[in-house]
Amino acid sequence: MAREPLPPANAHPPRRIRVGDGPLARFLLIGTVLLVTALVLVAPLLAIFAEAFRHGMGAYAASFAAPDTQYAIGLTLFTALIVVPINVGFGIAAAWCIAKFRFTGRNLLVALVELPFSISPIIAGVAYLFVYGAQGLLGPWLAEHDIKIMFAVPAIILASLFVTAPFVARELIPLMIAQGSEEEEAAVTLGAGGWRILRLVTLPNVRFALLYGAALCNARVMGEFGAVSVVAGNIRGQTNTLPLQIELLYQDNNAVAAFAVATLLTLVALVTLVAKAIIERLDAARVKAQGKPGH
Amino acid sequence: MNRVIPGLPLSLGITVLYLSLIVLLPLGALVWQALDVGWERYLAIMSGARTMAAFRITLSTAALATLFNCIYGLALAWVLVRYEFPGKRYLDALVDVPFALPTAVAGLALSALFAKNGWFGGPLAQIGIEVAYTPLGIAMAMAFTSIPFVVRTVQPVLEDLAADVEEAAATLGASDLRIFARIIFPAILPAFLTGASLGFARSLGEFGAIIFIAGNLPLKTEVVSLLTFIRIEEYDYPAAAAIAATLLGFAFVMLFLVNMIQLWQQRRIGTGD
Repeated sequence: MAREPLPPANAHPPRRIRVGDGPLARFLLIGTVLLVTALVLVAPLLAIFAEAFRHGMGAYAASFAAPDTQYAIGLTLFTALIVVPINVGFGIAAAWCIAKFRFTGRNLLVALVELPFSISPIIAGVAYLFVYGAQGLLGPWLAEHDIKIMFAVPAIILASLFVTAPFVARELIPLMIAQGSEEEEAAVTLGAGGWRILRLVTLPNVRFALLYGAALCNARVMGEFGAVSVVAGNIRGQTNTLPLQIELLYQDNNAVAAFAVATLLTLVALVTLVAKAIIERLDAARVKAQGKPGH
Repeated sequence: MNRVIPGLPLSLGITVLYLSLIVLLPLGALVWQALDVGWERYLAIMSGARTMAAFRITLSTAALATLFNCIYGLALAWVLVRYEFPGKRYLDALVDVPFALPTAVAGLALSALFAKNGWFGGPLAQIGIEVAYTPLGIAMAMAFTSIPFVVRTVQPVLEDLAADVEEAAATLGASDLRIFARIIFPAILPAFLTGASLGFARSLGEFGAIIFIAGNLPLKTEVVSLLTFIRIEEYDYPAAAAIAATLLGFAFVMLFLVNMIQLWQQRRIGTGD
């Protein structure tokens, strides 16, 4: 009879049964969680597509022919195109000073970076109104100089900047702290300047987190509703982004069109989540290869 | 830490300037506008029947939503960490759906599901439960948008939990429930409370998902964020400022609470507990 191979020296002792490892507990817990998940997370996604295609492919496609809807698509893309790069830049700057240096007020700065996450989008919208609105802090000055920010595209961009400011920074900061600064210090010793270090050392090390932060930021910009609905003024064909257009169509009793537009944003969300899964996998592979914390 | 790496003045300058313009200036303007209202008028606005009802409805539905997510979120985190089963990766990815999906889309989807002829609304109506246009619908919307908080805060802590204490307790004859209550739950409690607080804070300010399903009747199904929005549309800026500033105060209280929990957690780890 063949002898059983000896276990490697560092193998775990045979695992005892841990809490909840019994077959009944396992079956009940997995079953319940899957059932509830199907009801609360999967069903809403399916419902969007079911409603959008309720009257067939033709009605679905026709929903996108309306000029207002096409304008909303354009405005949403335009907003994302401006907001995402700005908040990527901010995220890199914030992560650079917070992760690489220690200074007085550093913890306060971290809290400030995360602050927009804890604030209702409605509050954000109202707060912007009190800066740029007619009765706001800068209202009289803006009116005098004939600059229109409120109820126009600039306000949509500003509100979106507020709501999505933390996304990139929040992905980068913990990662850059975990990675340490040895590589950057070595680069300095070799005579590299700050921009060169950022471009050739730091950013390549955090590229997956950066991408994921930007993807999340983008999804949120395209889908932001509360803050934008306060500052945009809901002017058809002028300040309607896609989420506002959804509400408008829904109020017009044009359910198929509302759900059709909603499928676009749902696809953006799903693509973002797939990107996350891919990035996490690539990163896991990289950590295995290099033994360095990635994303 | 170091003085070798360049770029502190520039990066810190950009960060502080940007935060001042984008975050602090508007919040400051809101506080300024609220202070301008004056104490007496503030009290009059806040004690109005409609405002009081909005706060009562918002707090109670947010509590209900948080309760749901405490149970479901903990079970979900447990299942994701402790078991292997087919499709687990997809379940893990699904958890983030409420963060990636726009709130207006979530609200639209929930309103379709819970409509009288909807997939859930039809069967529920037959047993006499109405969700759409009731506080239950508000709680549903809040629960959906804050699902990831408890899961994502508890998951990493549960993963790091060493098996040996559990196994020792089992060897000593402790039952599963007892081990969970006495060893596992205390270990994940700070993370659990953090997730619950964050979810609760998110629910208090939720707007997009709610307005599609709530019916938005004053005194019955009108939440605070919606009331603020309505006051703005009526150009009643003092009332909007007062309500928004109060909601902002709630957000700061929740943030403070989360920070206290984290301090407590660090201290516990520090003493080797």
